[in-house]
Amino acid sequence: MTGTDALPAYNFAYLDEQTKRMIRRAILKAIAIPGYQVPFASREMPMPYGWGTGGVQVTASVLGPDDVLKVIDQGADDTTNAVSIRAFFAKVADVATTTKTTEATIIQTRHRIPETPLEAGQILVYQVPIPEPLRFLEPRETETRVMHGLEEYGLMHVKLYEDIAQHGHIATTYAYPVKVEDRYVMDPSPVPKFDNPKMHCSPALQLFGAGREKRIYALPPFTDVVSLDFEDHPFAIQRFEAHCALCDARNVYLDEVVTDDRGGRMFVCSDTDHCETRRTEGHRGTGLPQTEGGETASTSREAAE
Amino acid sequence: MSTQPILSIRDLARRYGAFVACANISFDVWPGEVVAIVGESGSGKTTLLNCISGRMERSSGEVRYRMRDGRFPDLQDLSEAERRFLARTDWGFVHQNPADGLRMRVSAGANVGERLMAIGDRHYGNIRQTAADWLERVEIAAMRIDDKPVSFSGGMRQRLQIARNLVTHPRLIFMDEPTGGLDVSVQARVLDLLRMLVADLGLSVVIVTHDLAVARLLSQRMIVMKSGHVVEQGLTDRVLDDPRHPYTQLLVASIPEN
Repeated sequence: MTGTDALPAYNFAYLDEQTKRMIRRAILKAIAIPGYQVPFASREMPMPYGWGTGGVQVTASVLGPDDVLKVIDQGADDTTNAVSIRAFFAKVADVATTTKTTEATIIQTRHRIPETPLEAGQILVYQVPIPEPLRFLEPRETETRVMHGLEEYGLMHVKLYEDIAQHGHIATTYAYPVKVEDRYVMDPSPVPKFDNPKMHCSPALQLFGAGREKRIYALPPFTDVVSLDFEDHPFAIQRFEAHCALCDARNVYLDEVVTDDRGGRMFVCSDTDHCETRRTEGHRGTGLPQTEGGETASTSREAAE
Repeated sequence: MSTQPILSIRDLARRYGAFVACANISFDVWPGEVVAIVGESGSGKTTLLNCISGRMERSSGEVRYRMRDGRFPDLQDLSEAERRFLARTDWGFVHQNPADGLRMRVSAGANVGERLMAIGDRHYGNIRQTAADWLERVEIAAMRIDDKPVSFSGGMRQRLQIARNLVTHPRLIFMDEPTGGLDVSVQARVLDLLRMLVADLGLSVVIVTHDLAVARLLSQRMIVMKSGHVVEQGLTDRVLDDPRHPYTQLLVASIPEN
């Protein structure tokens, strides 16, 4: 490859400038009305719907040559979707990419918010499959728009009621509905409810793009985001009893990994960057080979406690 | 009893182009009164009911409703938010087909509780208790509270729909052939329940039916419609025992003697 000559005649970041202007206008409107779903003219992207076409369009519109991009899928930087979207922007925008949360200026995500707290100036872009939180209860788009307009959100609680009636507790674990600035009820994309509290008053700008449904919505920095609940069944995040088997982290979202066909399993951080950072800092979990002696593992655990 | 009507309809008309679905309709509904609208299929009964209840736009005329604060506005002058709020708190609408009025995929308890949650009730225990009480009032076993209406019989669905509408203590209920799809014994049970609830709660009801027996059982006053016009109105017993308009005479004569 000999630089730009070998590339096809793409505009910077794939989308043409008029499209980016259109998407930026939608983003500005979304920021002005937190939680409101702004329609936009979603383009065909060189990837199928469901792979993050909405998120990619939002990222392409806010990306500048000096930005540093991180892409995560299920918390991991090394899964197919994350790798291919990162490679996509490295190719069509020639931007720097990273896996470090702290170094990134734009983070495109599917399913997770990084464990490392975000900072002012960072942008978190979510890929959203179904932006309408009321969709599964009310199939008519005309009706859901009126319900948003008139702030008729009783139906959302019908869903939570059903959860409690059937399971004894609110069993919704992802895409847990939130109320934004005491006005719009919003679907926070399929992030686990574990991450809902991280949205509340985050110093970073959070943008949500739904490509197939052609909607963009946003949470400006320091926006109130409250998870819906009942007075006698308050919102609670998932709790894990295990520590990460690799980095011994607690109070993080863990993935269960099956290790053999005899019931062996271990729990590891879903956020790979967080896990790696902790391991370079010297934290060692019980799942790592104990060649350096059990002493290291136990001391690091004591240090953590 | 109040001396002012709760609902007042004046010169109501609904046209589809040149076709007149109903016209020149005027009547009042008083607090605690059950008014039956009867007539054959296609006589404009349901159109009339939909126009009154704001489910359909009328072509002309006025419909005024006495709000709880004593105002008596035309429903068209209310904002959509106010109309919808009215429709889910102060009013009820019982459909002929319960599937139209229920959420078939959520449990009976949630169906009854939906209106409570819509007006801001956020205490699960209280909502569930109220739902259980209402199921009992409409004679549905409390153990069915977590079952979905798809597993209910036709009569149970209709009773559930009634409970769902009454949970917010509305003042005015619209009913469109509430016993239409039910077999005779179930009909009798639903009618009995309705009569009891209406009397207990002092509800005002506008009920559309083609069944004169239902009208006689439930209503105090009756409006007979034919081809979109009111041909006769008056006390139910008077209309049925001493019909004046030839069409009403025909209707009454068509009831088999037994």
